[in-house]
Amino acid sequence: MARGLPRLVLRGREPRWLVPLLVLGAVVIVFALTAGLIRGAGANPPAAYQRYLLTPLSGTESLTEVLLAATPILFTGLAVAVAFRAGYFNIGAEGQFLAGAVGASVAGLYLGELPGALAVPLALVLGVLAGVVWAVVPALLRARYGIDEVVTTLLLNPVALLLVQGLLNGPWSNSSSGFPVSDNFGAGYDMPMAIPGSRVHFGLVIALALAVVVWLVMSRTATGLRVRAVGLSPAAAGFSGIAVRRLQFRAALFSGAIAGLGGAAQVLGVGHQLTTEVSGGYGYTGIVVASLGALAALGVVLVALLLGDLTVGAQNASLVLQLPPQMGQIISSALLLTVVSVLVLRRYKLALPRRGT
Amino acid sequence: MDIAYLALIGAMLTTATPLVLGALGELVCERAGVLNLGIEGTLYAGAFVGFVVAGRSGSAWAGLFAAVVTGIVAGVFVGLLTVSFGVNQHVAGIGTTLLLIASCDFVNRLLYGGGSVPQVPKFSLLFADVPVAAQYLLTYLTFLVVAPVVFLVLRSTGLGLRLRAVGENPEAADAAGISVSATRYAALAIGGALMGVGGAFLSLAILGSFTLNITNGRGWVCIALVIFARWRVVPAVLGGLLFALVDALQLQLVITPQFAGVPREVMIALPYLVVILALALSGRNVRYPGAYLQPYRRT
Repeated sequence: MARGLPRLVLRGREPRWLVPLLVLGAVVIVFALTAGLIRGAGANPPAAYQRYLLTPLSGTESLTEVLLAATPILFTGLAVAVAFRAGYFNIGAEGQFLAGAVGASVAGLYLGELPGALAVPLALVLGVLAGVVWAVVPALLRARYGIDEVVTTLLLNPVALLLVQGLLNGPWSNSSSGFPVSDNFGAGYDMPMAIPGSRVHFGLVIALALAVVVWLVMSRTATGLRVRAVGLSPAAAGFSGIAVRRLQFRAALFSGAIAGLGGAAQVLGVGHQLTTEVSGGYGYTGIVVASLGALAALGVVLVALLLGDLTVGAQNASLVLQLPPQMGQIISSALLLTVVSVLVLRRYKLALPRRGT
Repeated sequence: MDIAYLALIGAMLTTATPLVLGALGELVCERAGVLNLGIEGTLYAGAFVGFVVAGRSGSAWAGLFAAVVTGIVAGVFVGLLTVSFGVNQHVAGIGTTLLLIASCDFVNRLLYGGGSVPQVPKFSLLFADVPVAAQYLLTYLTFLVVAPVVFLVLRSTGLGLRLRAVGENPEAADAAGISVSATRYAALAIGGALMGVGGAFLSLAILGSFTLNITNGRGWVCIALVIFARWRVVPAVLGGLLFALVDALQLQLVITPQFAGVPREVMIALPYLVVILALALSGRNVRYPGAYLQPYRRT
């Protein structure tokens, strides 16, 4: 570094006001960066941001749509956060979510009418199991042979989508529809509604309850302490007597279970039939949600709601302003990268050069 | 069973080209200590930008050049995040991939309104009438020039030595006067350029057009190949050929009567499963580059 320029040096303690300020700075940077794209698409940036962020919150109906959009990424965000916390980089929530949707569809298509309130819980359990099945091979390979889970979980994502497509083009194809969709599920396989008169289903309640459970386990139990220790430093955790591989294995399966539950809730609560678009990237968005939410349950809930808002806003802007809906993903991924980048800066302070050095 | 062996080998070489380019690009990044999960997005952006520029300029070569520039920019971008800022490499890479794919789809929608995309000038086959040898120039270049050059540069040049040094032991490299960040930026730029070419091969050689999801997880396959190859050039090339062989085989088996009952999707999934199997068999307790995933800061 040239002499005489201010440089970044490590700071001892970070002041409390720094993180909120940096996150706010990151939001401003993202707005500035995306303004060019929005203008290039022929829209007025301030008007577009209003559509993206404020319009969805302005009416009861669109507010419930925000909650609906937040539900699946709440599941995948929690799934990713649990695994990442344990130092297990599960990038396969997308595949596990799809597997969960397939599991629940097995119940919805084959089990027929069941007594009372048994149908939906059974379908959800099948979804959880399917998610675990999809997560178990990478988890085993990692625990037994130390094979990088990033690659194996990633590679199983396209395989899960092929499984869905194969089922919908083959044994589960709906002869009365030209599209690759399954039959509608039998009676009793509709998730109960959480808010009457809206599309918000009971999956939201399950996801929020799960967030509370994750928060409790992580912050109030010995297991949570061990998980965090392993995530921060597997070697140190191992020296202190924690069975690192077993713990990561369990975190991996738990993560797959949450993602699978999310897929099951989505297919039972929204589509009531299996389609190839049942996920559409929720597993990858879960990585954004978990990372932006600092891998903490409360953070995941807040970010999932924010991205739900953004998703509804992006659909709205696409209809009204003819802005392609991908703008929502551009903003969320740019926000992720900017926030994690500026947060690195909190460990540094600017040191002005001293004279005579 | 009737398998057209010559056609199979020809298809294998074509299919392997983008995989080998991507895997070599990733290998260069990882040998310098940076896991570049932006590869899927970089392939995608290379394919898309190459397609757009070839269409506008009327020249596939101009498209290829634009794809190279795109790959370098994407690599430097990942460098900014992981080398300069020290962001977690998993998050930086996945974020970059999501951002690049969303941006390409956004521009695609603006340009073509989500409708059909045009055909653009594409590369033509050399020796089009000769079995196996009927390949694109880029395929010849990949196997006969790029792979040997990457091998030799990594093994026997100063740049290769510096690159491996910052990936194995950045403290020692720094003490020896090597700039860790400049070397890692260089690795990411070179790797990104190779990925850009790999992406452009999909749109400008194979398709002559662009479709959504054109890369279809090939970037992740490349990352698997690098681990499978234990960060060595020759096994990475062979791994790419193996994957491509399985892929070409499934395309032939689909049209073989004996396999008529097997769903197409099972066949398409086969190569992915073979890669996982190969990793399970060969990837046990491999030794990663010493500074893998580690940002470097002078202390």
